[in-house]
Amino acid sequence: MTAEQFRDRLLAEELLADGAVPGIYHRSFALEHIIQHLSAYISAAGEGTAMRRLHLGPVQARATLEGSGYVTSFPNLVGVVTSFSGTEADVPGFLDAVEAGGSWLDHTAPTDLALCSAGCHPLYPMLASSVVPTDGELFEVETWVFRHEPSVDPARMQTFRQHEFVCVGSLDQAVAHRDRWLERGRALLAALALELDVVPANDPFFGRPGRLLARSQLAKELKFELTAPISSSNPGAVASANYHEDHFGVAYAITTPDGAPAHTACIGFGLERIALSLLYTHGTSVSAWPTETLAALSIDPATLAEGSR
Amino acid sequence: MSDVATTIRGVLDAHGRLPVSAASLKEGDDLYQRGLSSHASVNVMLALEDAFDVEFPDSLLRRDTFRSVASILGALETLGVGAP
Repeated sequence: MTAEQFRDRLLAEELLADGAVPGIYHRSFALEHIIQHLSAYISAAGEGTAMRRLHLGPVQARATLEGSGYVTSFPNLVGVVTSFSGTEADVPGFLDAVEAGGSWLDHTAPTDLALCSAGCHPLYPMLASSVVPTDGELFEVETWVFRHEPSVDPARMQTFRQHEFVCVGSLDQAVAHRDRWLERGRALLAALALELDVVPANDPFFGRPGRLLARSQLAKELKFELTAPISSSNPGAVASANYHEDHFGVAYAITTPDGAPAHTACIGFGLERIALSLLYTHGTSVSAWPTETLAALSIDPATLAEGSR
Repeated sequence: MSDVATTIRGVLDAHGRLPVSAASLKEGDDLYQRGLSSHASVNVMLALEDAFDVEFPDSLLRRDTFRSVASILGALETLGVGAP
């Protein structure tokens, strides 16, 4: 089943509803039920470790796009919030423009908000110009993120959720966090009977400078993806474990107690992609999923069937 | 020191965000070990293109190209800069 065929099936079975723009979907309660249980399942893997736990909103400060370097590396993926920028006297002209269609955006201006670029990005400004504790600072976050990349592939949604575990600390702490969570993430997803691979990867940095960055990232083995089938077209990355070196530490003047720039690492689980991989691998009828998968996620198919519409 | 090497060191000072002066580096010193980050290497790459009016081809957009003053000299030479 190709990506497009899988998308059509998800729409036909009403697990997704078409959001009128490629890559934008509404989720059925049944799919949301799976995603919420996935979130709890992943969260449980971090239980017993002290960390700051945060739900982030879908928007962040626009300055975070600049501070994180995201806008220079991925200018094609960002989303900035704009709003009407005139006074009351400008309203008639604005309304005329709306009626004429299309050009009303000329009456808007960017606000100081942007759509969230990655689960960990809004955390670093919170730590700006601070010294992290000797043991490092750990976070668990869940957030909606946005990527401007319209596609027919249901795995390439423009908005989706990331559940992340983030470490800000020394080089050794960050690398150990990345490696520990890569292995833990592999085990977590393997326990759902997904067919997983661990592959070195690079982010889709933009343009010619981006090619240098991407190749450096691969050569230094900074990023690993956990991939699983989401259609016959391509296995998709359902999670990625990333070591950022001191990129964010330098950008935000975050230091370790010895005065060195902090190093950071994160693992991000793509909740929608994992759910889609489960639906592709085990079928869209959840009652037919392997017992081990249902048990791990504490999903009762009977409850799901009752509440799905 | 050649003019080309001097210009490269000037670019490294301006864009490399190195903790040491580029004048103190030997031609073969590993710039990454001396603190050149991946993001700074991009700025160095772009500044070298400006300084020498060249464009690094795709095959040279690699980490090793910018590993040392010597490797940058070698890459620029293939683009006709500083060739004997």
